[in-house]
Amino acid sequence: MIPKVIIMSGYGINCETESAHAFEKAGAKCEIVHINDLISKKKRLLNYDIMMFPGGFSYGDDTGSGNAFANKLKNNLWDDLLEFINSKKLILGVCNGFQIMTNLGLFALEENTYGQRINAMQPNNSNRYECRWVHLKSKSEKCVFTRGIDKIHIPIAHGEGRFYCKQETFKKLKNNNQIVFTYCDESGLDAKGIYPNNPNGSMSDVAAICDFSGRIMGMMPHPERSIYSISAPDFQLKKEIAKRKGEVLPEMMEKVFLIFKNAVDYFKEEQV
Amino acid sequence: MQGEIFRIEIDSKETSSEAKVLEKKFKGKEHSFALEISKVYTIQHSFFKEQIEKIAKVLHNPVVETFRLNSPFSKKFDWALELGFLPGVTDNVANTTADIIDDLFKTEIGRNKVFTSKVLFITGNLKREDVEFIARELINTLIKRFHIKSYEQYLQDKGMDYKVPKVALEQSADVTFVDLDVDNKELATLGKQGIIDPKTGLRRGPLALDLDYMNTIKDYYKNLGRKPTDIEIESIAQTWSEHCKHTIFAAQLDDIEEGIFSRYIKAATIKVRQELGKKDFCISVFKDNSGGIIFDDKFMISHKVETHNSPSALDPFGGAITGIVGVNRDTIGFGQGALPITNVYGFCFGRPEDKTVLYRGKNKTNPAILPKRILEGVVHGVNVGGNCSGIPTPNGFVYFDDSYKGKPLIFVGTIGLMPRILPNKKLSHEKNALPGDNIVVIGGRVGKDGIHGATFSSEALDEGSPATAVQIGDPITQKKLSDSLVKEARDKELYNSITDNGAGGLSCSVAEMAKECGGFIVDLEKVPLKYPGLQPWEIWISESQERMTLAVPDGKLAAFMELMSDRGVESAVIGKFNNSNKAIVCFEEKEIFNIDMDFLHDGLPQRKLVTKPYNYIKEEPKISVDNHQALFEKILGNHNNCSFEFISKQYDHEVQNNSVIKPLIGKGRVNGNASVIKPVFESKKGVVISQSLYPRLSEISCYDMAACAIDTAIRNCVAVGGDINHLALLDNFCWCSSDNPERLSQLKDSAKACYDYAVSYKTPFISGKDSMFNDFKGFDENDNKIKISVLPTLLISSIGIIDDVNQTTSMDLKIPEDLIYVIGQTKDECGGSEFYYAHGKIGGKTPKVDAKNARKLYEKMHFLNKKELFSSCASVGQGGILITLAKMAIAGSLGAKIDVQKIPNDNLPIEKILYSESQSRFIVTIDPENEKSFEKEMNGFVAARIGVVKEGTGFVINNGDENIIDTNVKHLERIYKERFEDY
Repeated sequence: MIPKVIIMSGYGINCETESAHAFEKAGAKCEIVHINDLISKKKRLLNYDIMMFPGGFSYGDDTGSGNAFANKLKNNLWDDLLEFINSKKLILGVCNGFQIMTNLGLFALEENTYGQRINAMQPNNSNRYECRWVHLKSKSEKCVFTRGIDKIHIPIAHGEGRFYCKQETFKKLKNNNQIVFTYCDESGLDAKGIYPNNPNGSMSDVAAICDFSGRIMGMMPHPERSIYSISAPDFQLKKEIAKRKGEVLPEMMEKVFLIFKNAVDYFKEEQV
Repeated sequence: MQGEIFRIEIDSKETSSEAKVLEKKFKGKEHSFALEISKVYTIQHSFFKEQIEKIAKVLHNPVVETFRLNSPFSKKFDWALELGFLPGVTDNVANTTADIIDDLFKTEIGRNKVFTSKVLFITGNLKREDVEFIARELINTLIKRFHIKSYEQYLQDKGMDYKVPKVALEQSADVTFVDLDVDNKELATLGKQGIIDPKTGLRRGPLALDLDYMNTIKDYYKNLGRKPTDIEIESIAQTWSEHCKHTIFAAQLDDIEEGIFSRYIKAATIKVRQELGKKDFCISVFKDNSGGIIFDDKFMISHKVETHNSPSALDPFGGAITGIVGVNRDTIGFGQGALPITNVYGFCFGRPEDKTVLYRGKNKTNPAILPKRILEGVVHGVNVGGNCSGIPTPNGFVYFDDSYKGKPLIFVGTIGLMPRILPNKKLSHEKNALPGDNIVVIGGRVGKDGIHGATFSSEALDEGSPATAVQIGDPITQKKLSDSLVKEARDKELYNSITDNGAGGLSCSVAEMAKECGGFIVDLEKVPLKYPGLQPWEIWISESQERMTLAVPDGKLAAFMELMSDRGVESAVIGKFNNSNKAIVCFEEKEIFNIDMDFLHDGLPQRKLVTKPYNYIKEEPKISVDNHQALFEKILGNHNNCSFEFISKQYDHEVQNNSVIKPLIGKGRVNGNASVIKPVFESKKGVVISQSLYPRLSEISCYDMAACAIDTAIRNCVAVGGDINHLALLDNFCWCSSDNPERLSQLKDSAKACYDYAVSYKTPFISGKDSMFNDFKGFDENDNKIKISVLPTLLISSIGIIDDVNQTTSMDLKIPEDLIYVIGQTKDECGGSEFYYAHGKIGGKTPKVDAKNARKLYEKMHFLNKKELFSSCASVGQGGILITLAKMAIAGSLGAKIDVQKIPNDNLPIEKILYSESQSRFIVTIDPENEKSFEKEMNGFVAARIGVVKEGTGFVINNGDENIIDTNVKHLERIYKERFEDY
């Protein structure tokens, strides 16, 4: 089946258009839906298969990034959200979306614990917003979104991206295969917390995590901004090198694009 | 009922990033310094304790934070420093918190019930003065307050104070009559300093109305047989301000009756459009909030560049954020509403190392903010404004000169995308408010912030500059408004016209829009206010931010209001448009304002101004260079050539996934001077943008200054792949002392060049803005009167369309053994160059632009870019050939070896070949395989092979057999990047 994606919008979320484009390019049907249209029941969450919280600045990061939007969802749509999760559907959060999901407590370590916050996304070590391209390596075999991905080149753009959790939580995340991406250098070596490969001071270089089921993922970097080769900062160099070899660069950055394709394929394989 | 005051304080379990960064900043040699920071939410409302606990729970993350309720900090410290807002200053976090509380309890606690602040718990051997110093470093006391307690006092008081910064204003709203039947002296004072407030006896602040204007107004009311009200005078002052009516550009200047705007700027565009004929790509020029050009059959692109100089001088953060968010509204308010797709910036500052304080008042009172602090605040303001709005910022520059010390220049621009035809088949760039349409304001509420903004920016900054002119930005309120208009309401055809509330607030937006139909009547009490107690004239002219004014027909009003409410956007109907030819404002059913539309808009007398030739510098310095390496490093590392990556990387340039040529080029992350974006997913077409200015040339020739800025703005675009046949320009004149005939003659010179070069290049002006009094008047440390005027500054912005974003070229060197060519002749044109500046000189020989030949070259360059013949291409700019080549090498992390002798030149000494800033030149590299075909293509143009790209990092400059410079690229990269490393 072709999955239907709901892309959340409103109150300062700002990456909904390119996020919808990426999912559509991967073969899904997308609808950008304002949170108030879910609350007023003009739209129903359960009519969709994939939910995405895009990046942005919901409520201007006031009271902590993602917090106000998460509260609004918790106060008004929590039951629908739980039902959505329990029907084995997918949720993806990027940047501010990851921060919202963090505050919603969606990265459950075990059954029936959705709603408990296990981590925090803290202000970057520099205490400043930063936009730059980073390298990530994939760590989880469990996560639905990252199958077939080893290493990707992708941009971050955030002020509060420093992942933190308690040591015992981190152990569980690791044992559960819930660490999805970590920051690394161009060759794939761990960033070891050092700027700029680790751009924000994230604990153990964590850039993305998922819940225990692998169907709910949050990541700080922006895959929807790096599906096309032309978006990469080294596009001009790569184009020239390819030309000398008589080659043409592929249109897509296939590895990053897999994040969206995997989500779409999940419904082809497992739910037909 | 006021309700009890609660203090919820949120502590970090581990020292926060903010605290660590501040520790680093303030750790002195003499004192130890450690810091914890707590966030404070002070709530005044009748809540139960359990409710407050519930609120506290949702305001913190228990993984990293704990909260306290009405209880003091438990750790030991030496000083507690609380930082909060002054009454009436918009507190965005507090407004969000109120939303959270409302949603939590499904209630409405109303406005001004929540206030935020933070407390710094400082440990260290500091004195109270030290803590006060820190406070003043951290906040601007125009908008924020601080409160210091020692540890002992904190214990004794059981914490900080339970106080809320509420606005206390008198409730009675009055309208007073203004007596114009006075002598010219009094009339002039009234125009300069404002109306006397009957209650306080003090002047309300500048009207910026000269005597001839005041007399015109006096005559108008004499004819009417009544006295004007204060709101009428304030409103006329806004509408007639230099800021709104561009009175200097419209004035008769010498024998130019129609004024220099009509003669030089507008006429150039008309002529170019005529000559282009069917190839004319302009859609909307000069008449709207932005200018618009064709993108393709479906879309158009708009562009507008604004300045926000005076507000940024007083409150750098607030001035800059409202600048960028304000110019976004020029996009949202363009035609029926365009989608903002790109922000650009340009900052002119004094040198940040300059620590000499200037004072606005005598006896060291009212100190001006130092350049470094202005820089930090402005950079951060555009960061918050642009990033929060989800608009990418791929292009910008920063320029340093001591002349910007008193008043910085803050350029901010926004590019928009709009379908050319709307679903209802109407042209999107046309709009018409119709008689009977409702006047609807949406977005932020009105407060005292930003009163007299338009009139104040029409004056020089001095002691009397009003603090209320400071505006506070709230990008999220605007983001909600922008999305609901441009992504929904526009295509549902819910309104007939739309415009931005900028300078002059409602007084200008409503009156401007009313020109489309012929009149209006407004009920002022219907305007939503931030707090009660504003006087009617204040409501009418306040420049509170994030507001748009729309004309909504009756039949669509309900749908429009419902959509706004669904999207969390506040909206209010405040009146009706009509065709009465009258502008009428009522307050609580009393008419307080009744002016003929004709008089309001066209009643101002045209000025007659005269010029007197400016005494330009003519002599050339004699400079001999003995250490080429040292000079090279000095110029590469100077303020205007070095890296400003710290700005580029804190501005999101990837959101919307439209960036192709980015702000930082190559592995070496060098600041580029042109950007390419791809705004439509389904189209390969791209938008190319750049900006340029040459303020130092204003001392030698303002004509050449404008010519060079135009050539550079175009050339930068051409270098990355731009097409001169689909390229438009924008002008921003930032002048000084524009009442001085010599300054006016400089203005005339540069405007004339704008005409000549726009016509020769066939690049029409589509939008512009001027700011004429960028002067600082005050006192130095010894109480001597001083005036600091900015160098006459003309910013030219360029915007063009290309067919295929794949056919673009970046400046970084890419492949070893590629051939390096210089295109264009290097002449004896070092006047105003970085080379002369490095020797403390200006010089007299300016670069001359030969537009006819340059245009041919630019067409050829576009052709070659389309053939993808270049592996890298750079426009030779500030600093000349050597600096440009060094940047190409640093960007590519590759070496280069060249021979100066090979550079085509007018028989010049080495240093002039290397540093002359002759225009219309490029450095390109090509695959050796393409040598012949390239040289054939360049037949008839000046071009020469000067060297090769080298594997490794060697950077070698030879002069024939003699070696001049032998260094390496890593070393150059350090010099290029070190100046602002810690910013």
